[in-house]
Amino acid sequence: MSNLVQALEAPAPEHPQLRPGDTVKVHVRIVEGNRERIQIFQGVVIRLRSGGNDANFTVRRIASHGIGVERTFLLRSPRVEKIEVMRSAKVRRAQLYYMRGRTGKAARLKEKRD
Amino acid sequence: MKGIIGKKVGMTQIFDAQGTVTPVTVIQAGPCYVTQVRTAENDGYTAVQLGYEETKAQRLTRGQLGHLKRNNLPALRYLREFRLRKGDASVQEGTKITVSAFAIGDRVDVVGTSKGRGFAGTVKRHHFNRQPKTHGASDRTRAPGSIGQTSQPGRVFKGMRMGGRMGNDRVTAQNLEVMVIDEERNLLAVKGSVPGAKGGLVVIKPASSTIKAGR
Repeated sequence: MSNLVQALEAPAPEHPQLRPGDTVKVHVRIVEGNRERIQIFQGVVIRLRSGGNDANFTVRRIASHGIGVERTFLLRSPRVEKIEVMRSAKVRRAQLYYMRGRTGKAARLKEKRD
Repeated sequence: MKGIIGKKVGMTQIFDAQGTVTPVTVIQAGPCYVTQVRTAENDGYTAVQLGYEETKAQRLTRGQLGHLKRNNLPALRYLREFRLRKGDASVQEGTKITVSAFAIGDRVDVVGTSKGRGFAGTVKRHHFNRQPKTHGASDRTRAPGSIGQTSQPGRVFKGMRMGGRMGNDRVTAQNLEVMVIDEERNLLAVKGSVPGAKGGLVVIKPASSTIKAGR
């Protein structure tokens, strides 16, 4: 991508460096009419995509009744208020799509301790 | 007078304070110089000729250099004319025009040259449907099909849409909104896409729709 395009892009917000396999809490700003509130979406980062203003990441969580819910956030969006990394896992892949086929105990990831 | 010449840089997306994402095309536009003013008395119409992109003097012909030298302008690679409408303020020859001529929220038309596709078939060029991939149609999937009737009329009608050269045409993207202006870097971002490849020359002028409506 050209430097001139980058010049117009928003400065990178100060979020912690994410890695695939991280369990994160994403604080999302939600506007309902005139009211604004923060919603927290907690799950595992299964994909990171770079690319300036287009950079995004996908978080997967298991909702009630074992239904998997994935949500993709734009990393530089002002709607992403805050990202908290709860724990990191040892993973050997950049995209953890295999998590989609797993439920229950099989869907656990080994924690990375440094 | 509003109008500027530039080069397409590329596309990105921008956020507003609420977090709404808008796709934009970044254009490096200007600085341009007014190289000539066409008047009704002299030329029969009113227009402003702008020059863009300084280049080496040896790349221009002496005729071109002489034309620019009338106003002591540097060697400019591209010259384009912008028609003046009723009520448009005229400008002085030699004036420098930058992206500051535009304001955020302005509606503009962007003229560019579309990407050349070479010899393209009817599917790509005219959005014909393709034929079945199966049922014995082994080599006919992208063929145009019938192009006429029978011995009456015994010929193919003029204007029948067929394969041929596609792209590399002058295309205007109308009524695009100006989203960002960066005077420091001579950058402009308009909402949506703009014809042509990255690095292609584009001409930006007020949207024709706003002119007709008299706004």
